[in-house]
Amino acid sequence: MSEHRIETHINGQRIEKSVDARLTLVDFLRGECGLTGTHAGCEHGVCGACTVIVDGLAVRACLMLAVQVDGAEIRTVEGVAAADGSLHPVQQALREEHGLQCGYCTPGFVMTLVAELEKLPRPSVAEMTAALSGNICRCTGYQGILRAVERLASAPEAEARRIDIERSEEPR
Amino acid sequence: MKPPAFDYVAPTSIDEALEQLSRGGEDARPLAGGQSLVPMLALRLARPSLLVDLNRVTGLAGVSHAAGELRVGAMTRQRAILADSLIGRHAPALADATRFVGHEQTRNRGTIGGSIGLADPQSEYPAVALALGARIEARSPAGTRRIQVEKFFLGPYSTALDRGEIVTAVIFPDWGEGTLMHVDEVARRPGDFALVGLVAALRCDAAGKISRAGLAWFGMAPTPRRATRAEAALTGALASGVDAEEIGRLAVEDTEPWDDVHASASYRRTVGARVAARSLRRILDASSNRGRP
Ligand code: FES
Ligand code: FES
Repeated sequence: MSEHRIETHINGQRIEKSVDARLTLVDFLRGECGLTGTHAGCEHGVCGACTVIVDGLAVRACLMLAVQVDGAEIRTVEGVAAADGSLHPVQQALREEHGLQCGYCTPGFVMTLVAELEKLPRPSVAEMTAALSGNICRCTGYQGILRAVERLASAPEAEARRIDIERSEEPR
Repeated sequence: MKPPAFDYVAPTSIDEALEQLSRGGEDARPLAGGQSLVPMLALRLARPSLLVDLNRVTGLAGVSHAAGELRVGAMTRQRAILADSLIGRHAPALADATRFVGHEQTRNRGTIGGSIGLADPQSEYPAVALALGARIEARSPAGTRRIQVEKFFLGPYSTALDRGEIVTAVIFPDWGEGTLMHVDEVARRPGDFALVGLVAALRCDAAGKISRAGLAWFGMAPTPRRATRAEAALTGALASGVDAEEIGRLAVEDTEPWDDVHASASYRRTVGARVAARSLRRILDASSNRGRP
């Protein structure tokens, strides 16, 4: 079994560690970095609980190896709220609409929605729910989550965010 | 579960990757997007001694079009396929099929080469390649070759690739003016494996005659499977005179569906005939709306 030195940025913080080739990204985050906000559900790519953002894209952390994120920029649920602790609009919407019960699936839903809001200037309810097709929740029956999605699609902040993103986006 | 122990290398060139694979011997495996292989590791259905990661190899991703052929590099991600304008123009069935492939989070990693090389009989891309008459470009230390898709898929998870050979691209021939394509499938939930799926492509000439037909099933046989009888019945027929229900029934005659916990073989046949009829009607309606008879 090979061991590899990796260097990565997680929520803006530089991390350098030695990892076994077989260590998955989700186990790396939880076990080696102490970032237990990312949850491991099925551990084989079915439930979406482990979703994190790697180089700007939502991915399943149980389907990447830690050694593969050498040089990458990772964001987890711990890095989503502002430094002063005020919630990200996605977290706020889920909270207000009772979009979680036990919370096991929630970090995955949050990261998928955060990535979607950054990818599309103003995603519709349909676009956001399509993005959530890969996230399973055993508790809520999804109704609260869908209400949160509706709130995000219609929130006045959606407009402010759109302008922010347009400003920051490089022409492509 | 956790993956078993293995060695790992991440070469940056194809030559280096091929050399590592051949040095790794029998149990060395290439790692593309990892959206099927990593679950297989976690479930311990695969126990490679060495993983050769292709994600840092340069030149394996990207789409180009030249001399009547669309070339889709093996490491092109499903996310990129959905949005690619060359694919939208020359092989729209590939983009159409991608809607059904996994979920946003897996499409961000999953690749076309990984899907073709894995040869899951229920997956969409192998059937797209078969319906459109693609060739699979493969490379080994002995050189590069192009394998006709009909000779590529040998059985479930089994292909004509030699040990140490990797898929480097999938090459789609142009179908030309007057072609319409459609992909449809029935699955229990979005992103699940298809119970039944069909890729359909028809080309009509200016007189409204069908000059070429490609129909390929997925999830209906041990490999993707062409509906050759239905293709023969369509070819040369007037588009306006096609009986979609009839062709749908004919199309399932070439399938070998199975019983499992999700559906019985006879259910798959019944639904398959409906899926085929619906796809054909959609294509034929679109073609008459286009002003082509
Ligand atoms: S833990 Fe990764 S998808 Fe379930
Ligand atoms: S809140 Fe319990 S699984 Fe979603």
